[in-house]
Amino acid sequence: MSIPANLKYAKSHEWCRLEADGTVSVGITHHAQDLLGDMVFIENPTVGRKLAAGEECAVVESVKAASDVYAPIAGEVVAANADVEASPESINQDAYAAWMFRLKPDNSADLDGLMDAAAYQAFVDSEAH
Amino acid sequence: MLKQTPLNARHREANAKLVDFSGWEMPIHYGSQIEEHHIVRTDAGMFDVSHMLPVDLKGEGARDFLRRLVANNVDKLQSTGKALYTCMLHEGGGVVDDLIVYFLNESWFRLVVNAGCADKDIAWMETQRDRLAPGLALTPRRDLAMIAVQGPKAAEKLWQAMPGTRDLAAPLKPFNAVVVGDMFIARTGYTGEDGFEIMLPAKAAPFFWQALLEAGVKPCGLGARDTLRLEAGMNLYSQDMDASTTPLESGLAWTVDLKSERDFIGKDALLRLPRNRQLVGLKLLDRGVLRGHQKVLTSQGEGEITSGSFAPTLNASIALARVPAGVNLGDTVEVEIRDKRLRALVVKYPFVRNGKALV
Repeated sequence: MSIPANLKYAKSHEWCRLEADGTVSVGITHHAQDLLGDMVFIENPTVGRKLAAGEECAVVESVKAASDVYAPIAGEVVAANADVEASPESINQDAYAAWMFRLKPDNSADLDGLMDAAAYQAFVDSEAH
Repeated sequence: MLKQTPLNARHREANAKLVDFSGWEMPIHYGSQIEEHHIVRTDAGMFDVSHMLPVDLKGEGARDFLRRLVANNVDKLQSTGKALYTCMLHEGGGVVDDLIVYFLNESWFRLVVNAGCADKDIAWMETQRDRLAPGLALTPRRDLAMIAVQGPKAAEKLWQAMPGTRDLAAPLKPFNAVVVGDMFIARTGYTGEDGFEIMLPAKAAPFFWQALLEAGVKPCGLGARDTLRLEAGMNLYSQDMDASTTPLESGLAWTVDLKSERDFIGKDALLRLPRNRQLVGLKLLDRGVLRGHQKVLTSQGEGEITSGSFAPTLNASIALARVPAGVNLGDTVEVEIRDKRLRALVVKYPFVRNGKALV
């Protein structure tokens, strides 16, 4: 699957999308779900929680193992996706549609510090070797 | 360098995700572990289990040697092809490995041991053989591949793939095996479903695998094998028991013969040691996933999960846990998962048998 050009990526394999209202949607990448396998449980951060960049804030569990999800940028959690919590397999079906939570960024310019699609592809390739 | 089974090329062709399993490069899944799990519960799946090791024990007095070597009583094996599940113990009562013993004749028994224990098992068995029955021959059969065909449609699809096996294998009752030419067909498995474990020459394995594929048997990885065996309430060596635990505190008292006069390695220790721990089944009541090594808090003290997972057939999380004696079926316990304590119910296992949920 190709890596969407309109998103930003963290080294811990989260993607970010800047929404029209200025919030940022966060999910895990197709590559991450492929490594983890069939998703069976999602634990999202509670709405209102303030996150520092790089802070552990959510958990995705596949049949195989549990894996932490990190806040790609600093901000306050303004929404958690109950649909994904109810159907964790939606992450396997389309990782870039299955957003997990939304942040109101402390500073939206922080997104510029993340990787673009080409840089993330190169990062994934380098991790494979 | 990882060891490869004779089916490695087939797994690659089928886009398997290959992982290191006890030093072997094995398929964990071929796309979806959960789909593979459901196929075995409802239809027929096949597993490459060639990493497991058959060992032939041959010679006069083989039965007497096994009477000493293993904790279950091989005198239960009276008809040709009969199988027995047992543990092999250290003097201290800890488990060296769990294995299946097949009786073929008085001077030929076949033992099938775990991949991760194979070298240690051979060394242990040779030491005991040298001490107790030096005339016996122990032959590891790395020349054999092993394929498990499992599921309610396993028999029907096996006959379709290999019509020649039908007359001899169809009458097999569970835990019985038959030798068909250079194939060895056993009605055994590790899934809680009907099915067969078939040993055959390594060279023939890719053709047999292909015939099964064409008969509609789906390849399944070790991931599904693990969730299937956990639902079926079957122990996994190194997780649910090992050298530091006895079978009596591992839910395996039914495999230990303490009634007969027979002396076996580890028996004294089993009779002497206090029995203050037990293996129980857990079903998670709150949302989350039980995993190995999570701490269990009970009214009788602390315990630990030995195997835990999401159970696809139950759409819930289940576990085997070692807890203090005195914890009873129906008790609610707490499990520490990250920063939370979640409630779990102590339940009887197996959790699933022949496609049916039992909890």
